[in-house]
Amino acid sequence: MNPITRFLSELQEVSLLIGRSFTSLFSRPRYVAETVNQMDLIGVGSLPIVLLTGFFTGGVLVLQVFPTLEYYGIQNQAGNSVATSLIRELGPVLTALMVSGRIGAAISAELGAMVVSQQIDAMRALGTDPIRKLVVPRIVALILMLPLLTVAADIMGLIGGGVVANWLYNQDYAVFINSVRVGISTSDLVSGLIKPLFFGLIIGSVACHKGLTTTGGTVGVGRSTTDAVVIASIWVIIFDFFLSKAMQYLFDLGQL
Amino acid sequence: MFEPDTSVSPNGGSSIFGPVIPAIEFEKVCLAYDDKVILDHIDLTVGSGDCKIILGRSGGGKSTIIRLILGLIKPDSGRIYLDGEDITDYSEAEMMPVRQKIGMVFQEGALFDSISVYENVAYRLREQHRDEDEVESEVMRMLEFVDLADAVEKMPIELSGGMRRRVGIARALIGDPTIVLFDEPTAGLDPPTARTICELAIKLRDLQSVSSIFVTHEMNNVANLSSEYATVNEKGEVVFEKEGDKLCLINTEVLMLRNGSIIFNGTDEKLRKSSDPYVTRFIRGER
Repeated sequence: MNPITRFLSELQEVSLLIGRSFTSLFSRPRYVAETVNQMDLIGVGSLPIVLLTGFFTGGVLVLQVFPTLEYYGIQNQAGNSVATSLIRELGPVLTALMVSGRIGAAISAELGAMVVSQQIDAMRALGTDPIRKLVVPRIVALILMLPLLTVAADIMGLIGGGVVANWLYNQDYAVFINSVRVGISTSDLVSGLIKPLFFGLIIGSVACHKGLTTTGGTVGVGRSTTDAVVIASIWVIIFDFFLSKAMQYLFDLGQL
Repeated sequence: MFEPDTSVSPNGGSSIFGPVIPAIEFEKVCLAYDDKVILDHIDLTVGSGDCKIILGRSGGGKSTIIRLILGLIKPDSGRIYLDGEDITDYSEAEMMPVRQKIGMVFQEGALFDSISVYENVAYRLREQHRDEDEVESEVMRMLEFVDLADAVEKMPIELSGGMRRRVGIARALIGDPTIVLFDEPTAGLDPPTARTICELAIKLRDLQSVSSIFVTHEMNNVANLSSEYATVNEKGEVVFEKEGDKLCLINTEVLMLRNGSIIFNGTDEKLRKSSDPYVTRFIRGER
């Protein structure tokens, strides 16, 4: 199979998986307890790395931007620039990439191991649909938790930026906070919360698809896991561009 | 060479009590992956309460037959009937109620690693939202049937290979399925443990009238299943006796596959007398 045919075939399979997952939401059985469990694993479990990433990203943004702003004499806009880039872009994308690495890999490895040890076949033989039992709870949990993790990353990023601005450049916290408040618009917040919904869907569907199509024993599990993280991360970055353009169009952000 | 019987109708044969509907019936089933033929015009009938042993070397299509019965894969052509019901074109959703009457024992047990033995065995009943008291009593009954009542709280990782297979059997049997499929359940086990697995299959066949397919490549399994029967003695204990003058087993037959085609179908006595060189070599354990 040539690469283009393989790509189209995989795209079709992922689309079908998303379609089947979506239609499963409207009929029984629904695995609510499993979904809540996945929300705990994905949301609470990913919180430390997301907070850490957010804090240092905000900090490094101020570290890089402050000297330039100081050169032009507009260093009181540091909070504005950090908040805009964090909330619009870096918060959603970095959180998605961290979750893709941690959760995408875990989902793909878990489902892949279940496939090669015939547990998925056993589940089907026992009358359970693996899409409902395994895929839907994971995708739903990712879609619900990724926006919340993004908010947490954004807040920690702003704190990190504020700390660096104060400690390294002696900027008063009040100046930084005021700059943040002036700089953020409602459309920034909305677009920063809409993107993670799509990123959650991408990470969940790619990881579940890669896991469920694992072949070749334990070596295949490793391959699926790597593929899931790489493909989900690439799609997150590609979708970020098109979502940003769509958000600009919808909220007329292009003028900012 | 054995000529496959193609005269079986979808409704099976007939008896003095009327038409007899086979538990499992394949009608000219074919399956291929790309250019590789997996099953070639397979005709197969398993009567109600009977056991069919499917013999053959690895890669011969044995396990594929079981996966087709469960609807895990679909044939390219031909029809598959379960209790007279044509399931060939059933969707995944339509197969779910059909699978409720089938128990499947996987080669390595295929236990769910993240839950305990109790949860594994209870899985099917939990999915059916049965009352918890009923679930508990059924789980204990099944674990006692496979002689593993002590392992109820253990995790699958703590079990030996033989124990995993027996838990797999308990999980397959819960809900009292009328058809049980064994996919090489004795592969890699020591002879005493393998015999224990065969005894469980014999008990199901003779004491509970469960229809079964037993996929294997080991002649010891054939000897156990086709020459011994289970009965209950005057003390109420299950005992295993050899067929002989008193009783000749007719509820167990052997089907041998070679490269996706049936090369033998009949009793174990006929198998041992077969003049087919492939069958002869297989029985002797030669390549």
